[in-house]
Amino acid sequence: MAERLSNREGIKGMANPTRYGIERVAYWLQRLTGLGLLAYLIGHIYETSTIVNGKIAWDKMLELTQTPQGHILLTLVIGMCVFHTANGIRVMLGHGGIGVGKPGQPEYPYKAASLNYKQRLCIWVSIALAALAMMYGASVLFGD
Amino acid sequence: MAVVSVPKPSEESNSKVKTIGQTNTITLRISRSNPSEGQEAAFSEFQIPVQKWTTVLEAILYVKQNFDHSVAVRYSCRQASCGSCGMKINGKPALACYTKISELNSNVVTVEPMNNFPIIRDLAVDFKQLISNHKKMKPFIIREDSEVTPESKEFIQTPQDLEKFLQFSYCIKCGLCNSACPTMATDTSFIGPQGLAQAYRYVADNRDKGKDERLKIVDDSHGIWRCHFAGSCSQVCPKGVDPAMAIQLLRGYLLGFRK
Repeated sequence: MAERLSNREGIKGMANPTRYGIERVAYWLQRLTGLGLLAYLIGHIYETSTIVNGKIAWDKMLELTQTPQGHILLTLVIGMCVFHTANGIRVMLGHGGIGVGKPGQPEYPYKAASLNYKQRLCIWVSIALAALAMMYGASVLFGD
Repeated sequence: MAVVSVPKPSEESNSKVKTIGQTNTITLRISRSNPSEGQEAAFSEFQIPVQKWTTVLEAILYVKQNFDHSVAVRYSCRQASCGSCGMKINGKPALACYTKISELNSNVVTVEPMNNFPIIRDLAVDFKQLISNHKKMKPFIIREDSEVTPESKEFIQTPQDLEKFLQFSYCIKCGLCNSACPTMATDTSFIGPQGLAQAYRYVADNRDKGKDERLKIVDDSHGIWRCHFAGSCSQVCPKGVDPAMAIQLLRGYLLGFRK
């Protein structure tokens, strides 16, 4: 009710990567990969904790990761990890005011200096690195 | 849903928006609501004759003059100076007076009230929070000797000093940045890109001595740390203010990157 009255877009609006260019897509991917890595971390802690139940339980859990589904999941984790790290470095530097351009007299059509080609290039490089890492990871995991 | 047609449309409604001098007809969908009376949002559709230079605001005013004068819209200068006519046009926040229908490349134009602002009625939204956050940033020069006396001298400022803050002083408080911001979408207490950019505007002014005061205000869990540099505020700013840059530069002071 309160959200309707304040006309806030809510999580639906926050999680919508369209409309505002590649920077908003990067923002969305950063959040998504962050949540994905958190879920993986929790799963990983659960996985490794099975060792306290003995060797049989541990081996059973390891078998789960040696399935095609397990390999796909790990390939995704590799991609998420690489993108989150590379884009995270870009965002952290940007947060300190590094690489966001210099203030100046705005001129029509008013292209924002903070959304410059360096920032965009870094986003594309992060995506490319993640894709490459996933390809390499998949080739190792599915290679045998 | 009301559908109103112009008596003699010059061309078919589904043809492309045309060249100079030619009149085309588009469908203008206006979101109608009145939350204070419990009226849910619904769209009214109107067939509007447009030319290459027709703006979205002119199309809305055409509706008011010819079909339905009860459409609520706030506007004033019609030249992107007053910041009154911000609204969502085909899903993106923009100034209605500054957006030509021909630029939208669509024969259906949907206008809705800006997100992240309470709706007063139809397209008019409440700016109370934006103005209050703007005021919180102390948008004035703070210094003890600000009073001009016969003995005092002018504050000397070089063109380089001026350039550090000039672009941020072009803010017209239209609220488009706050409407596009993903944090504003979920955090009701967030200062917002408009307020944070104005804080930087005064912090970067070498006449001002209120840097520490302002940094204390923005150094809050609903302040500068909630900005994640999505850049949407700068994408939609109609005056080239670039709030995303101002926020990152302001954060540079708090992180020790800037003095």
